[in-house]
Amino acid sequence: MSTQAQDLEALANKEYEYGFVSAIAEDVVPRGLNEEIIRMISAKKNEPEFMLDWRLRAYRQWLKMTEPTWQNVHYPPIDYQDIIYYSAPKTSSDGPKSMDEVDPELLEVYEKLGVPLKERGILAGVTPSVAVDAIFDSVSVATTFQAKLAEDGVIFCSFSEAVQHHPELVQKYLGSVVPYTDNYFATLNSAVFSDGSFCFIPKGVRCPMELSSYVRINSNASGQFERTLIIAEEGASVSYLEGCSAPKRAKNQLHAAVVELVALDDAKIKYSTVQNWFPGDKDGVGGVFNFVTKRGKCLGKRSKISWTQVETGSAITWKYPSCILQGDDSVGEFYSVALTKNHQQADTGTKMLHLGKRTRSTIVSKGISAGVSQNTYRGAVRMLAGAEGARNYSQCDSLLIGDKCGAHTFPVLEVKNNTAQVEHEASTSRIGEDQLFYCRQRGISNEDAVSMIVNGFCKEVFKELPMEFAVEAQKLLGVSLEGSVG
Amino acid sequence: MPQAATAASGSGPTDKDESAGLQMLEIKNLHAKVKGREILRGLDLSLKAGEVHAIMGPNGSGKSTLAQVLAGRDTYEVTDGTVTYQGQDLLALSPEDRARAGVFLAFQYPVEIPGVSNNYFLRTALNAVRKYQGQEELDAVDFLALVQKKMQLLHMDEALMKRAVNEGFSGGEKKRNEIFQMAVLEPRLAILDETDSGLDIDALKTVAAGVNALRAPDRTVLLVTHYQRLLTYIVPDYVHVLSAGQIVKSGGKELALELEDKGYQWLGEPDLVAGA
Repeated sequence: MSTQAQDLEALANKEYEYGFVSAIAEDVVPRGLNEEIIRMISAKKNEPEFMLDWRLRAYRQWLKMTEPTWQNVHYPPIDYQDIIYYSAPKTSSDGPKSMDEVDPELLEVYEKLGVPLKERGILAGVTPSVAVDAIFDSVSVATTFQAKLAEDGVIFCSFSEAVQHHPELVQKYLGSVVPYTDNYFATLNSAVFSDGSFCFIPKGVRCPMELSSYVRINSNASGQFERTLIIAEEGASVSYLEGCSAPKRAKNQLHAAVVELVALDDAKIKYSTVQNWFPGDKDGVGGVFNFVTKRGKCLGKRSKISWTQVETGSAITWKYPSCILQGDDSVGEFYSVALTKNHQQADTGTKMLHLGKRTRSTIVSKGISAGVSQNTYRGAVRMLAGAEGARNYSQCDSLLIGDKCGAHTFPVLEVKNNTAQVEHEASTSRIGEDQLFYCRQRGISNEDAVSMIVNGFCKEVFKELPMEFAVEAQKLLGVSLEGSVG
Repeated sequence: MPQAATAASGSGPTDKDESAGLQMLEIKNLHAKVKGREILRGLDLSLKAGEVHAIMGPNGSGKSTLAQVLAGRDTYEVTDGTVTYQGQDLLALSPEDRARAGVFLAFQYPVEIPGVSNNYFLRTALNAVRKYQGQEELDAVDFLALVQKKMQLLHMDEALMKRAVNEGFSGGEKKRNEIFQMAVLEPRLAILDETDSGLDIDALKTVAAGVNALRAPDRTVLLVTHYQRLLTYIVPDYVHVLSAGQIVKSGGKELALELEDKGYQWLGEPDLVAGA
C-alpha cells in the first residue's frame, strides 16, 4: 500500500504539459468593453458594414442580458471590463500571405504543441490527411493546405479571410444557427469575436482530408472568443477536429466560443473535439472558463451532424453541443467523455431538437469524476409536434473515482408527438476495488488498471473519434488520471 | 514424501523433474483480520512444487480469506505470521508483483470489466508477467497463436476473446475463463477459490480437465473448496481441513471422502466452527 501511495503521489505532481508561455510580440486593444472597442476590433479587421452592425446589435443585446446561473458550477464573478478583447501577434497589416511569411517563433509554438503547420507530406501525390487552421489568441495565424483543398472547391480559411473573400456566405449563414441573441456568452462572442475557422464544402464534395483547428491562448489577460462556421452543401461531407491548450496562469481566462454547423440535404458533418485547456492547479487556482455554444442545424433532408467530444481540461466547462433536426429523416449524434479531477467542474451535455419527420438522435455521455471535482450531465430531448415517428436513444453513464467527487444528471425529455419514441438509460458506478484487485492479481499495475477500466468505460465514445484523435484521447485520459486514485 | 502428478494424466505420481519437491509455499502461524474480526488464527501450511493440495472447511472457516490474503488483497490485514513463497517474503510484495512472480488466484466471483476485451486484458497481464520475469513481451500475432493453443484446452470459443472481460458471461463461462487465464499465464502457484461453485457437471468436468492438464512438476495447485465433488475430478495429493482459522486435520485424498461421509461436525469443536 505505502509504495503504491508514493507512486501515486509522484504521478500526481506531474504537471500540465502545455503550460508554457511564448514570448511573441502582440498587438492588443485597451482592456475593457464598450462600443469603441468593438468598432476598433472591426476596423482592425477591415470588416464590411454588415459585420460591424451585427456586432453592435449583439453588444447592445448583451448589455440587457444577465449571466446565467442555472448551471451546476460555481465561480467568482467575472469582471468583463478587466478582459482584453483583442490580442494578436504583431505582423504586417495584411497578415502573412503564405506559410513562409508566418513568424518562425509562432511556427515553433505549434511545433512544440505537436501541431504541424509546415505543409509537409505533399510528396509525390500523397494526399495529406489533415489540414490545420491555427488560432493564436484572437487571430488565425496560419491555415495549411488551402490550395490543395481549393482544387475540390473546398474553402478552408480563417473567419477574417472569409469575411473579406466570401462575405455573401458569411452574411447568409452567420448567426443562422446560433443567433446573436442566443445566450449571454454567445451574445458576447457575437460582439467581440475576432477570428476562428470557416469551412465551406460545396455540393457533392467529400472533403479529401480531415480539417482541423488548433486554438491556443497565450496572452495573459485576454479572453478568447473564436467563432467557427462550417457549411456542408447538398451531399457534401466533412470531418472536422478541434484541439486547444493554454499556458498555466494563476488568473482564470475566459473562453467563450461559438461553433455553428449547417448541413443541407444529404450532407454529413462530423465534429470532434479534444479539449485540453489548462484546468487550474491541484488546489483549483487558475484555469480556463470554457463557456462555449456549439450547435448544428440539419437543415436538409437526410442530413447528419455528429458531435464527439473528449473534455479533459478547463477549470469550468459549460457546453452543450446540440442539433436542430429540421430536415426530415435527419440524424443527430452526441458522443461525449467528460473527465474532471482536482477542483474541475463540468456541466456539459446536449440538446436534440426534433422538428422533422422520422428524425433520429443518439446521445452517449460518459462522465468520469475524480478528486473533489463535480461532473454534471445536462441534456434535453425535445420532440415537437411535427416530429412524426422521431426517435431518440440516450445513454448516460457516470464513473466515480474516490469518494469526494460528485456526478449529477439532469435529463429533460419533452414529447409533443405521440408517434415519437424516447429512450433514456443512466447508470452511476464507482471504479470498484474488486475490479482493480482483479487486474492487479493478473499482474497489471494499479495505474494501468485504472486507465484500462476508464478506457473501457469510454469505449463507445472513443470508437467514434477519427483514428489519430482516438489514440490522442486515450493518452490524454491516461495522463489526466495519473494520481487520481489511491 | 508426496509425489508430483504429471501434466498429462493428472493423477499419476510419476514425474522425476528436478523442481518437483522443492519448497513452493511455507505459511507459519498466519493471523489475519478483516474489518477488525480475526479470521485466520495461526494457520500453518507447507506446499511443495508439483503438489495439489485441497483446503476444505465449513462456511466461515477462513478458506476464502486465506486465498485473498495470499493474493494480497488489502482489505485483509495480516497481524502475525510469515508466508514464504519460493524463498521470498510474499507478504512484502504488492498484489501485482505477487502475480508477476507466479501467484495466480482463480476468483470465486470473477469480476466484469465492461469495454475491455478479454484479448487486451490478458495480453496486458501476460506481458506484465513476462516483463517482470525478464522475458520478451509478446506481440499481437504471437499472443494469438498462444491463445488459440490454450483455448483448445478448455474448449473455449475464440469469439470470447473479443468480448469484454467476463461481461455477460454465464457462471460456467466465467469459471472456465479463470482457468483459461491460468493456462495462459502459467503460474507457479495457482490458488483456485471455490472454482466448482455454480458449475453444472459438464462444466465441472471441463474445468477439472483443464486444471489437470496444467498439473506440472514445477507448479503447485491449492484448491479451496467446500465440497468433495471437485476432488473427484481433480484428485489432490493432500487434503487439509480448515476450522476457525486453523488447519485442524491433514491427510491424503481419502480424508475428503471421510469428510463427505461424516460432515464437518465429525471434527468436533463445534463452537469453534460456529464461531468462525
